[in-house]
Amino acid sequence: MTGSEAILKGLEVEGVEVVFGYPGGAVLPLYDAIYDSNLRHVLVRHEQGAAHAADGYARVTGRVGVCIATSGPGATNLVTGIANAYMDSIPVVAITGQVPTTAIGNDAFQEINITGITLPITKHSYLIKQAEEIPHVIREAFYIASTGRKGPVLIDLPKDVQVEAFDLDERDFTRPVKLRGYKPTVKGHALQIKKAATLIEGAKKPVIYAGGGVIASGASKELIELAELIGAPVTTTLMGIGAFPINHLLSLGMVGMHGTKYANYAICDADLILAVGVRFDDRVATDPSQFAKDAKVIHIDIDPAEIGKVIIPDVPIVGDAKNILRALIDRLIDSRFDYSEWFNVVRGWKEAYPLRYNPEDGLKPQYIIEKINELAPDAIITTEVGQNQMWAAQYFKYSEPRTFITSGGLGTMGYGLPAAIGAKVGAPDRTVIDISGDGSFMMKCQEIATAVEGNIPIKVMILNNQYLGMVRQWQELFYDRRYSFTDIHSRTDFVKLAEAFGAVGMRVTKLKEVVPALKRAFEIDEVVVIDFRIEREENVYPMVQAGAPLDEIIEPKTVPENVFPTCEKEALEVE
Amino acid sequence: MVKHTLTVLVENKAGVAARVTGLFTRRGFNIDSINAAITDKPDISRLTIVITSEKEGGERQLEQITKQLNKLIDVIKISDITAYDSIERELVLIKVDATPEQRTEILQIVEIFRARIVDLAAGSMIIEVTGAEDKIAAILTMLADFGIKEVARTGKVAMIRGAKTL
Ligand SMILES: Cc1ncc(C[n+]2csc(CCOP(=O)(O)OP(=O)(O)O)c2C)c(N)n1
Ligand SMILES: [Mg+2]
Repeated sequence: MTGSEAILKGLEVEGVEVVFGYPGGAVLPLYDAIYDSNLRHVLVRHEQGAAHAADGYARVTGRVGVCIATSGPGATNLVTGIANAYMDSIPVVAITGQVPTTAIGNDAFQEINITGITLPITKHSYLIKQAEEIPHVIREAFYIASTGRKGPVLIDLPKDVQVEAFDLDERDFTRPVKLRGYKPTVKGHALQIKKAATLIEGAKKPVIYAGGGVIASGASKELIELAELIGAPVTTTLMGIGAFPINHLLSLGMVGMHGTKYANYAICDADLILAVGVRFDDRVATDPSQFAKDAKVIHIDIDPAEIGKVIIPDVPIVGDAKNILRALIDRLIDSRFDYSEWFNVVRGWKEAYPLRYNPEDGLKPQYIIEKINELAPDAIITTEVGQNQMWAAQYFKYSEPRTFITSGGLGTMGYGLPAAIGAKVGAPDRTVIDISGDGSFMMKCQEIATAVEGNIPIKVMILNNQYLGMVRQWQELFYDRRYSFTDIHSRTDFVKLAEAFGAVGMRVTKLKEVVPALKRAFEIDEVVVIDFRIEREENVYPMVQAGAPLDEIIEPKTVPENVFPTCEKEALEVE
Repeated sequence: MVKHTLTVLVENKAGVAARVTGLFTRRGFNIDSINAAITDKPDISRLTIVITSEKEGGERQLEQITKQLNKLIDVIKISDITAYDSIERELVLIKVDATPEQRTEILQIVEIFRARIVDLAAGSMIIEVTGAEDKIAAILTMLADFGIKEVARTGKVAMIRGAKTL
């Protein structure tokens, strides 16, 4: 068997059904083997798209996503995608071609030290020197990527290894992985769980603060059970959206910089924070010294390095969220809880300070998301980065985990479109929608070709404000409205662009066109791009300034009239 | 300013030292010394890393790095042995200017520090000295008057006293 065949055999044993990739000189032998195999290969149009698609696939399915690129520029094009998966702890295996072992270190054509470049953004990486290493490397790579705190693993595969013939012992693919330096803690420490239970029993104003770790662990059911058992309100991070149903009586929606006012108030006023699978990121603990300053903190996380990194918890519990929540439920099942006083306070906030926008003056992005939600409530939503991402987080009603797919840690513009492709491949029966921005769309719009040619009918909704909107919003609020290079008002025609790729393009400029356009988009089994010309200077609110405490909330102002210079207004009306 | 000595057992594989040191540089720590060599087990190497935490919150940063190091797949075990009673040694080769007239004086210093002369040439000699940090610092100061031409240090190695092992 050759190295390439062994790679494919390994992927098969790991249950991989699809890979996202792009060929090149250093992966010719591997692609030659793929040619004869049953493995589904989705050809992207840029390797970054392959990494994001693998990441989106992983987030939707909970399985390991796989991407392939050639050496040199192919490998470096993967870098942003690998970093994205790393920051959000997504299990991805990236396979890169490399120049032959004999040429490594000689600055050979398309040689790049990709294991070196990706050192700080991979959970682990391998440079394979001999084909006989392949079985255990594949096995380890998938094991490492998908256990503990999940993350990307890179396998660098020299061209000569791909053609090297060797005697394969198939059992090598299924031997248990033995790594003496890697033993993730899964079960929570019993004493810590007991301490946590005592804190919960003694609390008067508890809040559960849940993040991506709950989704990674598959612990949503336990989260709901625990919240209902003790009657504590639940807020999620951006990454935790979907872990707790938004329509639940105890749901507070998202916390943080663009979180709901009531979630932020609840955190500020709480006397106990039960933090599950979160990392007190600066978009949530905007001012760590003020974050839940009167509260005791229980911090559950699978990664010991997260404990005490930002906030020093009163009770740390290292382990898998599902296990630990279950253990907490078991401990607390016979206790009595009455948080009705606290619940009423929180409900009062929820009623007094709902998310709001003015639907009257023009085409509002929030309205579009609400309509998408009405017409496709079971959709999987991916997002780009910027205002579009925040509106998608705020206004769609997520009721299940793995339905909100967004670049949280890295904030990668261009993520949503390839991630939608990966998501649709992973969940072909679901409607998959990329909520996009006009800036972000341009970062990866070539992947529309991937979707069209691969028959992957995703729906791209561009909330087109002709601005790098989120940056403009900061310029408006903190830089005296000096819109330095954020006005991307242009002649680029997204409808024609979509059509050029063979997708269906539509443009919506008026409120009343929204629903018919969406209906049509969801009816047809094709790739659709809708260019929604939204109010240009609509802002994302509520907002907490970076570094400010969570209860210093900037509220919506009504957008002043005539904010558009006349020429731009005309341009909009011409449409 | 607090000096820390970390001993790290790692898989003896290519690139492991880069993984380890990368974690320090990323968080703005400078490595004072690092020693890496194979152990009695051919597949395990031992690193001894000395760093100084000077920044505010340095201790917490270091704890963070230790945890991050532990997460590296190729790191088997890591201990901050600063607080332990331990034997710490470094070996240093020092090439000094030495005219025939200065030799006796240098020899006296060498004896006091229980160092050794390992090479002798017309105008210079190489001194080998082993010891803990303060001893090395002291002999370097003493020899500075003669003119030090070159210094090569192994970096510190360390081991906890008593029966306890890593
Ligand atoms: C690759 C990348 N470059 C730059 C940024 C900085 N950035 C964050 S949001 C944003 C504006 C995004 O514009 P658009 O996609 O139109 O979204 P909007 O905020 O207008 O909804 C920019 C430039 C980023 N997050 N990612
Ligand atoms: Mg925009």
